[in-house]
Amino acid sequence: MSESLLEIRDLKMHFPMKQGVFQRTKNEVKAVNGVSFTVNKGETLGIVGESGCGKSTLARTIVGLLKPTSGDILFEGESILQYNAKEFHRLRRNIQMVYQDPFTSLNPRMRAGDIISAPLKAYNQTDNLKNRVLELMDLVGLKAEDYHKLPHQFSGGQRQRIGIARALALNPKLIILDEPVSALDVSVQAQVINLLEDLQEELGLTYLFIAHDLSVIRHISDKVGVMYLGKMMELSESESLYKNARHPYTNALLSAIPIPSSAREKKRERIVLTGELPSPSEPPSGCVFHTRCPFATEFCKGNVPAFDVDEDNSPGHYVSCFYPMDNKREEFARQ
Amino acid sequence: MLRKKRNLIPFLFLILLFLATITASWWLPVSPSFMDSSLRLMAPSSEHWFGTDHFGRDIFGQTIIAARVSLLVGFTVALLSTILGTVTGLIAGYYKKLDSIIMRIIDGMLAFPSLLLALALVAALGGSITNIIIALTFSFWPVMTRVVRSSVLQVKNIQYVEAAKTSGVKDPVILSRYILPNVLSPIIVQGTFIFAKSILAEAALSFLGVGVEPSIPTWGNMLQEAQIYMTMAPWFSIFPGIFIVITVLALNILGDGLRDAFDPYAKGKKKAKRRPFKRKEQIAS
Repeated sequence: MSESLLEIRDLKMHFPMKQGVFQRTKNEVKAVNGVSFTVNKGETLGIVGESGCGKSTLARTIVGLLKPTSGDILFEGESILQYNAKEFHRLRRNIQMVYQDPFTSLNPRMRAGDIISAPLKAYNQTDNLKNRVLELMDLVGLKAEDYHKLPHQFSGGQRQRIGIARALALNPKLIILDEPVSALDVSVQAQVINLLEDLQEELGLTYLFIAHDLSVIRHISDKVGVMYLGKMMELSESESLYKNARHPYTNALLSAIPIPSSAREKKRERIVLTGELPSPSEPPSGCVFHTRCPFATEFCKGNVPAFDVDEDNSPGHYVSCFYPMDNKREEFARQ
Repeated sequence: MLRKKRNLIPFLFLILLFLATITASWWLPVSPSFMDSSLRLMAPSSEHWFGTDHFGRDIFGQTIIAARVSLLVGFTVALLSTILGTVTGLIAGYYKKLDSIIMRIIDGMLAFPSLLLALALVAALGGSITNIIIALTFSFWPVMTRVVRSSVLQVKNIQYVEAAKTSGVKDPVILSRYILPNVLSPIIVQGTFIFAKSILAEAALSFLGVGVEPSIPTWGNMLQEAQIYMTMAPWFSIFPGIFIVITVLALNILGDGLRDAFDPYAKGKKKAKRRPFKRKEQIAS
C-alpha cells in the first residue's frame, strides 16, 4: 500500500573542527552519525531528540544545504547525492522546508505576497501568479488583504502560516518541518498542527516532522524516531512507541510529558536522566547513551548495539539497545 | 530622522550650499574671477563680505564657486566607491571561494594610507578633476568593501537566506532581493562618511599642489594660494577653511544621524526614554 518516498541510508554528517594558524583539522563534530530510515508516501515521520542531537543537521542535509560525509539519500528510489546542479534544482521543488523560527525565516524587507511567490518565480511559474498566491494564502488561513503586509505586521502564528504557504507553493511531495511550532505559544501550536494535518489530508503531503517534544509529535505522526547524539535510538509506529517504548532514553523522554489530569499527574513517576549530554565531537564509546543510562553495564561501554528489530514480539519496532525494556517500565521507574 | 534638529540643520546647510553654488553666476554681484588690482588683499567689508585676495577677487564669490568642485568630487567619489564597494563586498561576503581572493587585494589596497595612495595616483595620472575622482575612489572603496562584506557575512547566515535557497531561488536574486536590502543601512552611512572624507582629501591634494589645476577655484587651491598671505590677510585662508570644516562636519553629523536612525537598538533606547514626554505633548495638543 505504501511506497517509499524518502530513504536515508546510514547518513553521516561530520563537521571538521579547524584550529590553529594552518587550519588543521583537529577533530570532528559528529552531528549525524549513521542514521537510516524510510518515509513512505502520505506518511508523517516524527523525529525527536534533545537540542544538539543532530535533528536540524539531518533536515539541512536532506534539503541539500549540506553535503553529507557519507551515506545515501534516496528520493523516489533515486540517489540525490549524485545529482548535478541542474537536476538538483529540479528536485528541490519536491522537497520543501518549514523553519523553526518564524521571525528569522522571513525576509523583513519583503511583503507577504512576495515571500510566498518567491519559489514560484524561481521556477518561472509566473502565469496567474497573484491568483496562485492568494489561493495559497487562503489555504493556510491568511486573508487576501495580508498580501501587501510586511512580516513584522504579523503575529508569530501568522508568520508561520506564511512560511507554510511558501513551502506549499511549488506543490512539493515532501515537506520537512524543522520544529515548526517550537517558537509558538501553546494555543497557537495546536492551530498550526491542525492546519498541517488538514493540508496533509487535502494535498496528500508527506511530512518529516522534527521536534524536541514527544507530546507535540504524538498527535501528527504515523511513525516516530528518537535521536540521541546523532544516532537513531528507536524507531517505530507511533502507537507502539508511546505504549511500549523499548529504549531507556525514550522512556525517560516519555516520563517527562505532563499528564493533563491532576490526580494522575501527581502519581506520574519521572525518570530523570543524570549527567550532561556528551559532546558530539567526543561521543562515548560503545552505546552512546551508556553515560546516562540507568541500565548501562560494562558491556554497553565496549560494544555498539545494532539498530535492530524483534519481529516476533514487536514487529516494525527498531531499537538500538542491548537490554530493550519490554513491558518493564514499572520496574525501571522504581530504580 | 530629519525631524531632529541635530540632523535638520546640517542637512539644510548642505542643500543651501548646493543651491547657492550652482546658481552662483546669477546672483553674485561681482564675478568671482573679476580682478581689480586696486582692491588687493582688502579686509572684509560690506562690499566684499570675506575680503579680497591677492588679485583683488572677491573671496566670498570664490568660496561659493569653489564648493562646486568640492561637492562634485565628494559626491562622485562617494557614489563610485559605494557602487564598487557594494558589488565587491556582496561577492566577497557571499561566495567563500572568491572571498579570500578579493579580500587579499582589498587588504593590499588598504595597506597604503589613503591620501598617500591618492597622491601617488594623481602624480602618475596628472592633476585634473577626473583623475582626482579616480584616485580618491581607489583609495576609498576598499573601506566600503570591508564594511559591506562584514554585513553580508552576518546577514547570509540568517534563516531567510537559507529558506530562499531551499525554495530554489537563484544566487543573483538572493543577493539583490534578500541580502542587499538588509545591508543597505551601513552602506548609506559609510557612503556619507566617504563623501566627507573625499572633500577633505580633495582639499588636501589641492593644497599640496597635486590636485585640481590652480586656475579652477577649489577650497584646497584657495588655501594653497593664501599660504603666503597668512599674516597679512588672514581672511584669505580663514573663510575657505571654515567652509571645509562646516561642510565636513555637516556630513559627519548627518552620517551619525543616519546610523542612529538605522540602528534598531539605539532607536529602542531613545523611544523608551522619550515616551513620557511624547504623551504630555499629545495631551497638551
